[in-house]
Amino acid sequence: MITAGRIVRLAERDRAVVHFFLDGEMRGALAGDTVLTAMLASGHALRKSEFGPEPRAGFCLMGACQDCWVWQDEGPRMRACSSLVNPGMRLRTTPPESWP
Amino acid sequence: MSETSSPRIVIVGAGPAGIRAAATLVEAGLHPVVIDEGNRAGGQIYRRPPDGFVRTPEQLYGSEAAKARALHALFDRLVADGRLTHCADSSVIAVHEGRLQMLGEGGVQLVSYDRLILATGASDRVAPVPGWQSAGVYSLGAAQIALKAQGVALGRRIVLVGSGPLLTLVGTQLIKAGADVAAVLDTSPWRQQMRGLWDLAARPLVALRGLALRARLGGRYHAGVKLEEIEADGKGVSAMRWRDAGRRQHLTSCDTIGMGWHLRAETHLADLAGCAFIYDEQWRQWLPKTDRMGRAGGGVYLAGDGVRLLGADGAEIAGRLAAAACLADLGLPAPSLGADLRKLARLERFARGLVRAFPWPAAMARALPDNAVVCRCENVTAAAVRQSSDFGGSEANRVKALSRVGMGRCQGRYCQLAAVELIAAQTGCTPGAVGRFRGQAPVRPAPVGAFLQDGSWRGGDHV
Repeated sequence: MITAGRIVRLAERDRAVVHFFLDGEMRGALAGDTVLTAMLASGHALRKSEFGPEPRAGFCLMGACQDCWVWQDEGPRMRACSSLVNPGMRLRTTPPESWP
Repeated sequence: MSETSSPRIVIVGAGPAGIRAAATLVEAGLHPVVIDEGNRAGGQIYRRPPDGFVRTPEQLYGSEAAKARALHALFDRLVADGRLTHCADSSVIAVHEGRLQMLGEGGVQLVSYDRLILATGASDRVAPVPGWQSAGVYSLGAAQIALKAQGVALGRRIVLVGSGPLLTLVGTQLIKAGADVAAVLDTSPWRQQMRGLWDLAARPLVALRGLALRARLGGRYHAGVKLEEIEADGKGVSAMRWRDAGRRQHLTSCDTIGMGWHLRAETHLADLAGCAFIYDEQWRQWLPKTDRMGRAGGGVYLAGDGVRLLGADGAEIAGRLAAAACLADLGLPAPSLGADLRKLARLERFARGLVRAFPWPAAMARALPDNAVVCRCENVTAAAVRQSSDFGGSEANRVKALSRVGMGRCQGRYCQLAAVELIAAQTGCTPGAVGRFRGQAPVRPAPVGAFLQDGSWRGGDHV
């Protein structure tokens, strides 16, 4: 699998490939990846900070810091570190257009 | 299940403390409810990867594999035998007068309890370093979780900074797994580390194992460093700027930083449950008050790193003690745990050694440049905290209201201790006198929709 992203896969590489969509583009991940792992396997950030110019890529990975919330096409946000990626999931790095 | 007449005991957290507490209650014939945020029980240190991962406990937990195996097997057996109710993937977001709100896949449910055992664990204790809001800065625990639960390194070239046992452990685990660790930077100088030796000798094997791990870091390890700035470009972290013990400046290029200074107890639920707190000078943080067994009063018991930062072994003991206290208070036969209490004293001595050897970097936090971010959630700067305490005085919640430090989504978990140091320095009082940020429900973000089901409030008990 191509990993041009932030993370490096060091073990457990023989899992089934699943596909999801990020900002409308199809991406590959492995079954059992968290949304955070899946997004950072091919990218460098999860979202933009609302309070500064910098992108954000998570911080604690244990559900405590809430840095890794990402948008879904259908509206609700999810915590990327504690949600597993599902085939066909549609994720966004920016709020959906319907968001005020 | 004949639960109608027996008391309802709810345990929050399924790490070493929660599992041991549950097993102790089951042995006494009770049927506890265990609520945990994880998908599979184990907590953070004995965290299990999702289904489909194949590494063995020996590969995942090293020297602690047997303990992890035993805890996982015990809990899985209690669940399989129907001896307890396990609510996985569920967060307790509020506690009030014998009832708590549990947020799970199906929304928010009310759960009532007669006794509550909180085994909420700890997270990394972090201190701001200029630039730490950049993408690619993680806690040390995050680097370990990524490796353990996902089999990944969080970057291509990693620098670890901070102080404490996790700094060395995560460094060696990453190197062993094949990650590129460029440097391991310890803010504690050698002479400071030596001061902890006497108490660390309370657990000679653990101390020796730590030294052996340290040796594996080789020339990557530097003690007594000064952390100056995390440099970043548009993608995220690009380098760590630091000075060694001889004041020479270094710029180490990297795309990832892992940081942490030992642990910070997770106490939000204890706060909402009405526990009293004291500022612990040894641990340099606010901790809930309990007796030796973990009794906090009002039918609430605390166990594990959420009340005493003794690590996984201490958490197993504390879980048994809290459950025994609970049983005794209910007038039920409780196991005698004299040996556990003696072992606890030894673990406490070891913990004192750790604290002395690897201290919280109070001076670094107090000297933070004005433009440095203190609160990562909302990018509140050191200047804003200082100005707010000039204007509003030294009380923590007043400064929080004025500057918004501690009001972001993490609810102060990662900025509170540094903010308190800044306020203390600015106003000339002690961190204990500054006070602590009050806990607020919900202690995890909860979507409004989670409180609604078919357009109506789901009142009543559902578990």
